[in-house]
Amino acid sequence: MTTTTTAHRLPADWRDFLALTKPRVMTLVVFTGLAGLLVAPVAIHPVLGFTAILCIALGAGAAAALNQWYEADIDALMRRTRGRPIPAGRMAPEAALQFGVGLGVFSVLLMGLATNWFAAGVLGASILFYVLVYTVWLKRRTPQNIVIGGAAGAFPPLIGWAAATGSADTLPLLLFALIFLWTPPHFWALSLFVRSDYAKAGVPMLPVVAGARATRVQILLYALAMAAAAVAPWPLGLAGPYYGVAAAALSLVFLLLCGQVLANRATEPEGMRPERRLFAFSILYLFALFGALVADKALAW
Amino acid sequence: MSPRDPHAEEVRRRQRSRAVVMALLLGAFVVLLYLITIARVGSQG
Repeated sequence: MTTTTTAHRLPADWRDFLALTKPRVMTLVVFTGLAGLLVAPVAIHPVLGFTAILCIALGAGAAAALNQWYEADIDALMRRTRGRPIPAGRMAPEAALQFGVGLGVFSVLLMGLATNWFAAGVLGASILFYVLVYTVWLKRRTPQNIVIGGAAGAFPPLIGWAAATGSADTLPLLLFALIFLWTPPHFWALSLFVRSDYAKAGVPMLPVVAGARATRVQILLYALAMAAAAVAPWPLGLAGPYYGVAAAALSLVFLLLCGQVLANRATEPEGMRPERRLFAFSILYLFALFGALVADKALAW
Repeated sequence: MSPRDPHAEEVRRRQRSRAVVMALLLGAFVVLLYLITIARVGSQG
């Protein structure tokens, strides 16, 4: 306790502000946003494109900071999160709140000035959705927290596309649907093997509320819908065969791993190797899929 | 020599490092604003 009190009297280190933005999560956000921007039918000036991606990253960082400000009490109870700047006592909560609000407003204004106000509006909506709908409203109340809250993480390709075109279209909406449907299998795989952490913190994640078996069934159902959304751009003529084949192959592997998770009967983290494998592959899956989409467009030229 | 207060020294060290990072970020922001202006003026011309 003494350490915490002393640390609060010290100004937070700049590295803690950086940690507050969850830079590792940001890489996926930046990559999917960049893909949305690159597959858009309108070419954008490289400086404006760079600024748009920077704004998406800063907006995601702001949302992460505000999330950690609001959730410091439950973060302190979970092994995975108790080393974060606020629960570890390295930063005063007010500093995180001010940093998050400031960064969020800055990212939206810069996006509007550099690209267009439609993209800025979608960016602002995604930050508000993550903070108010997911963090404040849903996370502590319903096991559907991840399902609806997943929409917040699905915005980046839509924002990237909007920055280039000033509008939305079928392809970015499909990419939105893809990430939206990808989020539940991704997070439920994780929450299966860190179930005790969530239970201790009182977060009603699906494995805590409905049990491991029901969660594994839900993972497969969402993965089936996700695979359909992933392949859809090909038959709809919105992407070429390179993307179509890659999406089909990657989705097949994803579904096979979901099948292994469904077959697993383990209830303790030690026996949850299929769940860990699915969680790790789900990250690779999204990177590879969006990489294939960009490559497909480049090859089509 | 007066005895050194390690707490005050740590506060000064952190303030200095935050000021350096802030100065670098502000410098980068000024350059970015300049480049954005050039890009936007160029695309309208």
